[in-house]
Amino acid sequence: MLLEWRNKYALNGVLLYVVSTVFVCYLSFVTVEKLTWNALFWIIMLFASINAVAKSFLQESKGRHLYIYTLVSPISLIIAKTVYNSLLMIVLTIIALLFYSMVFEFPEGTDVLMYLVAAIVGSLSFATIFTMVSAIASKAGNGGMLMAILSFPIIIPVLIVLVKLAKNAIDGLDRSVSLDDVGLLLLINAMVMGVSLILFPYLWRD
Amino acid sequence: MRKTWWKILGAVLVIYTTIAGLLLGVPHLNILNETIRNLYFHVPMWFAMIVLFTISVVYSVISLSSKKEIDDIRAVEAVNAGIIFGILGLITGAVWAKFTWGQFWSFDPKQNFAAISILLYFAYLVLRNAIDEEQKRAKISAIYNIFAFPMMVVLLFVLPRLQSSLHPGNGGNPGFNSYDLDSRMRMVFYPACLGWILIGYWIYTIRFRTRVLENKSNL
Repeated sequence: MLLEWRNKYALNGVLLYVVSTVFVCYLSFVTVEKLTWNALFWIIMLFASINAVAKSFLQESKGRHLYIYTLVSPISLIIAKTVYNSLLMIVLTIIALLFYSMVFEFPEGTDVLMYLVAAIVGSLSFATIFTMVSAIASKAGNGGMLMAILSFPIIIPVLIVLVKLAKNAIDGLDRSVSLDDVGLLLLINAMVMGVSLILFPYLWRD
Repeated sequence: MRKTWWKILGAVLVIYTTIAGLLLGVPHLNILNETIRNLYFHVPMWFAMIVLFTISVVYSVISLSSKKEIDDIRAVEAVNAGIIFGILGLITGAVWAKFTWGQFWSFDPKQNFAAISILLYFAYLVLRNAIDEEQKRAKISAIYNIFAFPMMVVLLFVLPRLQSSLHPGNGGNPGFNSYDLDSRMRMVFYPACLGWILIGYWIYTIRFRTRVLENKSNL
């Protein structure tokens, strides 16, 4: 099932999206402060990830769903999708962070490694949550609009913790301060993953 | 009488706590002063909301396995009733905040998280409206409901603990700990919680029964 790699053009498209967004931000902001730096990065990541992950279910046709249905069990499907989306998001985040830090330099005193950890943990949570929500939205058959409505209230708590964690990293606080937040995020991740594993089989069979 | 005793109990408790909550003596704490009476009205709203949302999740789980329409109606009506209490909780909180914090809405973490969790359930209702087919609607919305519930728990019980808030009970502000010692308040607060939960459950059963009747008359 990991042969989703076929949809490479999706990755390229999202990459281009991120790069051009960063560029537009650069043109309009030119220089940014610490706080804006952080906020801007997460806003870009949020919309990029919605675009990237929403494709996983929304873009597939009914016929293809049926075809996959005959091939694999729902549990392995959701695991495959989530793993694929997580990898995609991690790659995307690292590239985006690289490009972002090239355009806007890291604020002084940033704990770069910790920021990277925050970005990766964040991309994982984006991937798990959006995978499940896009599955729900695709079954409801109302595309992107519903996706946004359903996912924002769920993603906001995660985003709040993420921004706080990233802020700690920017301020160069001691790493032990941030460990709690990383733990909480991983816990939320595990919880979301568990719930989607239980629920997805119900969603999948029509 | 056997069937209605809890409704009478709920009504009596709510009336009693409203009168007693406004008239009985309260301890005078810093900052809070007389606004501490809001405890009898604000906090029970959240208790009632959480009880109703829990009912809703339980029926969502049941409806996923039983596939009966009636369980789905129970789930959605519990959400409808719960949202009423959530909004009332926000309003009572905001009015209280106007007099203690000086603003109706000061973007305190607790206010934000409560508002987001209400949004979560509005999203649930929007999702229901977006799907026409009844069985599909029941299934998908039940799944979203179960998916959203743990998030609401995180929002209301975990995240506020991690951030500094002006809300009573947080970070040394007078709140739960100090009133716990006062037996006068306890005598009003616990009945208030029970009373509002019962009233909430009552609203939910009425909404549920009218909905069932409506469905029958439409057939």
